[in-house]
Amino acid sequence: MTGSAGLTRATLLKDLRLEWRSKDATNAMLFFALLVVVIFSFSFDPTAEESRRIAGGLIWVAFLFASVVALNQTWARELRNQVLDAYRVSPAPANSLFLAKVWGNFLFVSGLEALMTPLFVVFYNLRALGPGYQLLIVAGLGTWALVVNGTFFAAISLRTRSREIMLPLLLFPISIPALLAMVEATSAILTGEYSAKFWIVLLVTYDLVFTMASLFFFELVLHAE
Amino acid sequence: MKRAFPILAIATAVLLGYATYQALWVAPTEQTMGEVQRIFYYHVSSAWTAGLLFFINFVASVVYLVWRSPKADALAMASAEVGVVFCTIVLVTGPIWARPVWGIWWTWDMRLTLTLVLWLIYVSYLLLRRFSASGQTPVMAAVLAIFGTLDIPLVYFSIWFFRTQHPQPVMGGGGSIDHRMLRVFFVNLIAFSCFGLLVCWARYRLEVLHREVEETQALESLLEVRSSR
Repeated sequence: MTGSAGLTRATLLKDLRLEWRSKDATNAMLFFALLVVVIFSFSFDPTAEESRRIAGGLIWVAFLFASVVALNQTWARELRNQVLDAYRVSPAPANSLFLAKVWGNFLFVSGLEALMTPLFVVFYNLRALGPGYQLLIVAGLGTWALVVNGTFFAAISLRTRSREIMLPLLLFPISIPALLAMVEATSAILTGEYSAKFWIVLLVTYDLVFTMASLFFFELVLHAE
Repeated sequence: MKRAFPILAIATAVLLGYATYQALWVAPTEQTMGEVQRIFYYHVSSAWTAGLLFFINFVASVVYLVWRSPKADALAMASAEVGVVFCTIVLVTGPIWARPVWGIWWTWDMRLTLTLVLWLIYVSYLLLRRFSASGQTPVMAAVLAIFGTLDIPLVYFSIWFFRTQHPQPVMGGGGSIDHRMLRVFFVNLIAFSCFGLLVCWARYRLEVLHREVEETQALESLLEVRSSR
């Protein structure tokens, strides 16, 4: 396979192998999310009823902050040894590189969620009163929403001074509707008081709109002089 | 064009003065809210002007990406800056009006939230322009402007649904508006739009001049290096 899917796979496998050997992003992200969970549970000491209402917000804010750690590493890793310049001059399509990075981040952040969610359940004494399987859908769509825009904005913030701080400044305002949808859908499922359907549809729309926009503009951003 | 500026500036100043007089003295006092309702003329006009400027920003960004004209980029920057100023006016006058009327400074109402999110998006746009390395700034900023515009309908629907689930804040009664008020409102709307566009134009001219000066200085320093050798 030498097409753009092959390129995507090769870049993705390279990133996964790099991460497997160094574990830079994973360690930082996991510990950061753990700290957020612990600090949140110190700051609020909720009853089971209350925690069902606020847990959606807490979980997603923790994941949002933690994913910024991984997203910042995405392109910074390629700056060493001028790898990014090599990508620019190579005839490989920019979008296959972008998709590889998005999938890589998606796997990292999903892994983080899989590890941290049990902790949340233990600390906050959570039990879903609504249809629990929908949580998986919300998690997948929500993670994609964070990661696709995050990867794109990480490529933009790479070109700025103080790039580490620039990424959240660009990502958070644009992500507000997605974040609202994730939080509300999660609360809806946990409390079982209302349906999460509208929010899931909104997340699907958000994912589609920004995946297409990112794929449309990524080449421009990569090659900007 | 240069000569038109002072004439337009004077015309706008007169129009603004007339609009202020109309809003403060001529417009009838609102029955339930009283004098504080007069803030409406500035508040809504500023909101409209901010929207207009953000729209110009979007169009200029698209024009820049298609034709790569530096002037479109300067216009995008000027309109975003002035738009953020007007958006700030909306966010400041809103609570001043809300406090005596609703009894609260802020509520997560649809329009309030949308304005706040718009403000956040365009502040992040200005920050990107400020922090980005000069050569690549226009492309990055234009792309971000388009992303921001794509985001607006999504923000709108998310807040719309968010609000229909939660208790509605108590709003001033719907009712119909006095036609004299409507007339004053339109005078203010036009005056504020002219004012906004005028300031935006001044900022645009300043930016273009600023870039010309920078270019000339760069050329001069190159020539100096050459002649000193």
